[in-house]
Amino acid sequence: MALAIPHKVKPKKVKLSGKDLAFQIFIYAFAILMILAIIYPLWFIIIASFSNPAEVANGQVWLWPSHLDFKGYQALFKQPIIWRSYGNTVLYTVIGTAFGLAVNIPAGYALSRKDLVGRKWINVLYVIPMFISGGLVPIYLTVKGVGLLNSFWVMIIPFAVSPYNIIVARTFFQSSIPESLWEAAQLDGAGTFKYFFSMVLPLSKAILAVLGLWTAVGIWNQWFNALIYLQNENLQPLQLILRRILISNQQVAGNTTGQLAAELQQLSDMMKYASIVISTLPIMMVYPFLQKYFNQGVMLGSVKG
Amino acid sequence: MDMQVPMSDESTAQLKLRRKARKRRDLKKSLPLYILLLPSAVLLLIFAYIPLYGLVMAFQNYSPALGVFHSPWVGFDNFMQFFRSYQFPITLRNTLVISLYSLAVNTPLPVALAIMTNQIRKAGFKKSFQVISYLPHFISTMVMCGMILIFLSPQSGLVANIFRLFGAKLPDLMSSSSAFAHVYVWSDVWQNIGWNSIIYIAALSGIDPTFYEAATMDGATAWQKIRNIDIPMIMPTVMILLIMSVGNLLNVGFEKVLLLQNPLNLGGSEIISTYVYKIGLQNFQYSLSTAIGLFNTVINVILLLGVNWLSKKTTDTSLF
Repeated sequence: MALAIPHKVKPKKVKLSGKDLAFQIFIYAFAILMILAIIYPLWFIIIASFSNPAEVANGQVWLWPSHLDFKGYQALFKQPIIWRSYGNTVLYTVIGTAFGLAVNIPAGYALSRKDLVGRKWINVLYVIPMFISGGLVPIYLTVKGVGLLNSFWVMIIPFAVSPYNIIVARTFFQSSIPESLWEAAQLDGAGTFKYFFSMVLPLSKAILAVLGLWTAVGIWNQWFNALIYLQNENLQPLQLILRRILISNQQVAGNTTGQLAAELQQLSDMMKYASIVISTLPIMMVYPFLQKYFNQGVMLGSVKG
Repeated sequence: MDMQVPMSDESTAQLKLRRKARKRRDLKKSLPLYILLLPSAVLLLIFAYIPLYGLVMAFQNYSPALGVFHSPWVGFDNFMQFFRSYQFPITLRNTLVISLYSLAVNTPLPVALAIMTNQIRKAGFKKSFQVISYLPHFISTMVMCGMILIFLSPQSGLVANIFRLFGAKLPDLMSSSSAFAHVYVWSDVWQNIGWNSIIYIAALSGIDPTFYEAATMDGATAWQKIRNIDIPMIMPTVMILLIMSVGNLLNVGFEKVLLLQNPLNLGGSEIISTYVYKIGLQNFQYSLSTAIGLFNTVINVILLLGVNWLSKKTTDTSLF
């Protein structure tokens, strides 16, 4: 496959000179420091979300949760809106990813075919929006004009076309599907549709995985479109609800009479840690297994089209 | 199958006819391809090209009642209003400071990291190092900003507690205009340095190993190999990515800036794109907002073309 990462070079066993040895030691030391700098903040979020809030605030929690405490999670999951927005996010991600692939992959294939009449100009029309956009207000007015404001589909349809993903798909089809295959299919009497659906797509699982993952991560993390297009709280995705907890420092529900201000602040902090964990865990869990595809995607995107 | 008729036997009229027929046949053959393009083309037309036409609002005094077609024209008044406002120098300066700072840090560091990763000899360690260094990239902007705020909290944050261990006191960074750019850029380094290095690691792994063998034979040290083989070999990739980021220079992470903004740091955090959002969708000054957004886009396109031209002239690498 053209996707394969270039050949492995077997390091030759060469005796290291003094200078090179020092260099190697420096590199390993630096790499280990960097691993710690990345892992520790993430680990701290997890243990803090399970710890006693006062001890977290006073700096008594460092490496391990002290006095297991689930108040943050309890307060979080008590709110129906957390569940609802989580469900919304899952729906948006699943449907939006399917829709995005259905729109972008065929376009990428069509643009990869050299016999497409007007190919050059169509390409230009797909690239222009990457650099010039109408901007916030004209896009907002257009979305409003077609009646998508405050609708479920505003999270799926308007921003489904990704010229960048189309170009990546086009590059993949050009470099990985040999032209002779199309010639052979034609001799067998196959048309474009039959060829695309029964031969090209089964050979393109790698690109489907890459673009599917990118799209899914993008939608999962999306909040700004929801902020401006979805006033209806029942349709809002998790990330937008998180904004209230994480950024605006609001309690999701006002049911907190009789509590002291300090206690309230601590509970709010616990909810912050807990909400970071519940929103980030799914992607972090699957990422190491899918890592390979993300890397391939970056490589494909870098090939000059 | 089409028959190839020797050209010399044909008159020009026949040739023309033949060409026309051929064109028709090609178009017919392209028809299924157009159908595959149709869904994306329709969406692009509605949600990218119609708003592009909406840019005329920048030269109008737009009123929703009259619409784009009947609102009165005002020429460059909206632009002048922005240039004269006290927000113009502030937003322009903040945009440039944050984006240039970010460019200056986020261009060389991933290259350095890639070169370093490439020097790790134990394959297993290298692999785990890469997996871990890409990890923060998958944290959403929202959660990232939440983490920044919670870690930097001067009373109870992790960073404040670490400072306290050493008897120091962490200043309230999020309430400071001057600290904003640093917080923005360095948290970005933490989140994306690993991810941004992937492409360079790929470029490095494509270098012909005989170069290194020859250099070893000549007694070159690891450092000399990096300077004389690695860096020159990945320079074209660096240039291409640099051009692309310059083309997006003024589109600095709008979402992240908006989320980290608060009334106390606004002097260092109000950038053109957040201002466009506030003027347009919070104050409903549609025309003014569109004009400011258009100004931003035009500068970006000029920068893109400029740096592309410069790179073509000096290093022979270019995007187009």
